[in-house]
Amino acid sequence: MNRIVTYKLAPGVLLLAAAAVLPLVSDGYWLSIATTAMMYIALSTSWALFSGPTHLIALSTGAFFGIGGYLVGTGMSDYDQSFWTMAQIAPVVATALALLVGLATLRLSGVYFVIFTLGLAEMVRNLVSWVQNNFLGSRGLYVLTDFTEAHIYWMLLAVAAVVFLAGSWINQSRLGFALRIIGNDEEVARHVGINTAWSKVILFMTTGFFAALVGAIVAPRYSYIEPNVVFSPELSFMVVIMALLGGVHRLWGPLVGVIPFTLAWEAITVSFPNSTTLFLGLSFLLIVYLIPHGFTGLFETMLGRMRK
Amino acid sequence: MTPGDRILQVQNLTKRFGGLVAVNDLSFDVRVHEVMGIIGPNGSGKSTTMNLISGALKASSGAIVLKGADLMPLPPHKIARLGVARTFQLVRILPKLTVLENVIAGAAFSHKPRWGAEAERFASDLLDRLELGDKKDLGVDALTYIDQKRLELARALASEPEVLLLDEWLAGLNPSELQIGIALIADLRSEGRTIILVEHVMDAIRSLCDRCVVMNSGTKIAEGTPAEVLSDAEVIRAYLGEG
Repeated sequence: MNRIVTYKLAPGVLLLAAAAVLPLVSDGYWLSIATTAMMYIALSTSWALFSGPTHLIALSTGAFFGIGGYLVGTGMSDYDQSFWTMAQIAPVVATALALLVGLATLRLSGVYFVIFTLGLAEMVRNLVSWVQNNFLGSRGLYVLTDFTEAHIYWMLLAVAAVVFLAGSWINQSRLGFALRIIGNDEEVARHVGINTAWSKVILFMTTGFFAALVGAIVAPRYSYIEPNVVFSPELSFMVVIMALLGGVHRLWGPLVGVIPFTLAWEAITVSFPNSTTLFLGLSFLLIVYLIPHGFTGLFETMLGRMRK
Repeated sequence: MTPGDRILQVQNLTKRFGGLVAVNDLSFDVRVHEVMGIIGPNGSGKSTTMNLISGALKASSGAIVLKGADLMPLPPHKIARLGVARTFQLVRILPKLTVLENVIAGAAFSHKPRWGAEAERFASDLLDRLELGDKKDLGVDALTYIDQKRLELARALASEPEVLLLDEWLAGLNPSELQIGIALIADLRSEGRTIILVEHVMDAIRSLCDRCVVMNSGTKIAEGTPAEVLSDAEVIRAYLGEG
């Protein structure tokens, strides 16, 4: 361990420690908000691992997250499996699905990719609802565990920490560099020797894995699971908005977006419970118009000006 | 391989776009340490040939053999990893990467992959050689046109190519830049690199090419030294029309 590595790791370790003691010092209300924020930190950061460098906006987070939640629900409710077994199976299933989706969407770019992933999420949601209603008898599933909110929070924190470690490893690897080149010019990427297809698929599988893992961990929070709840298209949009608000060109960008947005969202859902979708759309417009590179981009521009 | 050995063989290469035959039964060999020019009027199929060799386009029939390996069924990244590097007709640099990173991009995934400190040192030396040394850490938007061209060349050289494809690398340069550009390729030639270049600039062809293939309407109409082909009656007719 040299000095540079310590210097880079120190803020992360301090943040992790501060985040870990939060359940011990806060009440139920704030812990609940913090748990939601932690969920989005893990989701947005892993989403940005793929969509940040490639500029391919994936709206499929809800599908992978839903697979996590649904498999935990169906496994525990109908097949008498433990939470831990299902929490291991779910990410593997989601990763396999991400592989298939990745292979199918290789040639899609820009808006076609966006639409495909949105359509995929809706298709998975409807398919699971249909199977559940017609063949498995009941509509909802019970996820009953002994977990408290603090347990779920700590598990999510652990996942978020792993996402950050994986992200910083990827960013320093040739794989991360390949993704940046692909985002710049895919034609050039191919001609310098990059297997663009596999590079994209591997990163897409990584985001699918983490989204399902988060979905599985969060499942006990709902207690009662319906496909329509866990396969939420709104979640896919929330993840994108938060990541863009923070900025996707830095690993810690989404984190900077999630915290203020979760707080603002809490205020919105409390004050205007019937028009949340309207506010979701408005915030999307505002972010894209006013801070296209997110808080991190804004911060770096200001820093650049001060130096001059 | 020793100088004079055939490193690349293009055999009966044909490319059709619907009813249009862009490249028609084209054959030629490229030898080690040779600069081979592909010339011809606009639309004669020169760039298409380059795109077929680098894998950007798939040929309709024929074969392209690099040191015994058939490139035809391979995707571009595999062709690149066998040692074929290229520049593009319209300069293509990676806009959000620094100058140095642009060159590392050429080195990191090639048949002689370099990464980390070694790649930085190697890329940095290349930039020094191409007189971009003082611009390493800049964004590419700070570069003039000829510097962008140099950078693209540096990226191609960073892969230590067995065969370097230059697709109108000199196009768009002003007269003084053109002299610099020709001198640069002449340096590469004297280092003993194997180069295929598509070019319109006749001065460059005369001074740089060991041999040339002349194309017209997708077909090879002449092959030989620049002096031979440029005095060929059919070549003159192709360029100037019926006299």
